[in-house]
Amino acid sequence: MPAREAVISARNLDLTFQTNDGPVHALKGVDLEIEAGDFVSFIGPSGCGKTTFLRVMADLEQPTGGEITVNGVSPEEARRSRAYGYVFQAAGLYPWRTIGGNIRLPLEIMGISKAEQAARVARVLDLVELVGFEKKFPWQLSGGMQQRASIARALSFDADILLMDEPFGALDEIVRDHLNEQLLKLWDRTGKTIAFVTHSIPEAVYLSTKIVVMSPRPGRITDVIESPLPRERPLDIRESPEFLEIAHRVREGLRAGHSDD
Amino acid sequence: MKSVVPVLTVIAAIIGFWLLAVIPMNMHLVADQAQRDGAVVMPDTPIARQNFGGVTLALKNPHLIPLTYNFKRPRLPAPQQVAVEMYDTIFDKKITSKRSLVYHGWVTLAPTLLGFAIGTGLGILLAVGIVYSRVMDRSVMPWAIVSQTIPILALAPMVIVVLGSMGVQGLFPKSIIAAYLSFFPVVVGMVKGLRSPDAMQLDLLRTYNASKSQGFWSLRLPASTPYLFASLKIGISASLVGTIVAELPTGARAGFGARMLVGDQYGQPLVSWAALFAAALTAAALVGLFGVIERITLRRMGMQAT
Repeated sequence: MPAREAVISARNLDLTFQTNDGPVHALKGVDLEIEAGDFVSFIGPSGCGKTTFLRVMADLEQPTGGEITVNGVSPEEARRSRAYGYVFQAAGLYPWRTIGGNIRLPLEIMGISKAEQAARVARVLDLVELVGFEKKFPWQLSGGMQQRASIARALSFDADILLMDEPFGALDEIVRDHLNEQLLKLWDRTGKTIAFVTHSIPEAVYLSTKIVVMSPRPGRITDVIESPLPRERPLDIRESPEFLEIAHRVREGLRAGHSDD
Repeated sequence: MKSVVPVLTVIAAIIGFWLLAVIPMNMHLVADQAQRDGAVVMPDTPIARQNFGGVTLALKNPHLIPLTYNFKRPRLPAPQQVAVEMYDTIFDKKITSKRSLVYHGWVTLAPTLLGFAIGTGLGILLAVGIVYSRVMDRSVMPWAIVSQTIPILALAPMVIVVLGSMGVQGLFPKSIIAAYLSFFPVVVGMVKGLRSPDAMQLDLLRTYNASKSQGFWSLRLPASTPYLFASLKIGISASLVGTIVAELPTGARAGFGARMLVGDQYGQPLVSWAALFAAALTAAALVGLFGVIERITLRRMGMQAT
């Protein structure tokens, strides 16, 4: 395998929020390399800083110490060059725009031509299996379909990095399984680098090439697990011994992080 | 359509109460007139009758009750008298006649619409300023609130007189008062509407590196539409009230306000009441019109009207 470049690289990253109850160490001494084409999951209990870390990559939060680069430049420059697509916990579609109109939103803002917009909307609708729903309004779609539309919106401008903050957290188990499978296919087809925040151990193990286990107070990385699972992953891989072994290690990591409080 | 029954019930209750109130309200006047016309009235002098309330007097003289509904200059006109007066002055008079309510309605409606347009435009501009500028947020909002605590009845004559002395007359001074009353609900509603997008939606635009104006046109403005319509419905009726108030104290010769005042001063309560009801119906029609526009607009935008 050829040496891959680091897409996201964090060195000794700190982020302290000043609150009325004193400083909160959301991130402390975080080191991490994410390489091109990786699917990296961040898992840990609430307050471990996984979402904060993702928001730092997206230049939505400013670190108070250490260094971080995205595509070799600062997160702000990366954001200005539209290097990543961000998927939030809620779909957050504009109710006054159709599904197609919502997907077009970033393209309009980025000044892409009308013809190109139409082509890209058609392509990403196909990627998330929502062909035929372009003219529907968000309220006409189920929660899972809305979230797929929001993923399509993040994919539409063809950024190499996809940052996903518990995108399936509000969906039920069955829908979530289906979307996980779809997301893996999408990742395989597009070759994007994905950073994915989750609460679910099976979800993290099923999706990832690299699992980052985090723990709170202060928010830090306690374990980084390189997954030996193949890229091709049917849903029933979750019953294989390898899968269960990784899940066990993740669980151990989470428990270790908790032991000191 | 479900609202038809409750609305009709309320209207029936109001008319019922009104019909009952007509008897005691007009009883003394009717008794005086009936006695002059030679009828037998108990008790038999106006001064003695003053010792009784309207209800008691009606019970003592039941034969006079029908007359209370047809008195020429009643203290409280009966519903059908107002209806006849309105029909008369709306449909039977030429629009150019000084007695036509349509003529007076237009005299009031024109400054109302102009003032409403000015007030709405000003309100939206102020709201945009308040949302985007911290300085304006701090400085404009308190003044906007203070402006609404000044009694409009005190302010209106001053504005009209000052503008009149500067040679500005007719439509425009009344529009100023209408605008003065209608800009406030628009400011409050639009500030709320423009601020309605949540942090996530603002973050999303940030990830696209969207400019402030792109954020305004693509997110804040469409998100504020339902709030704008709520404000417009309050604003248009406030405008109408403002125009009528502006017509009251200044010796205006035409308009709903002038008709109300004329009816009062020349002992023609029917004229006042007809103008009052015409003004109420006009306000209802304007609010209803904006309700329809709201529904059409929001449906086109894919949002349900509330």
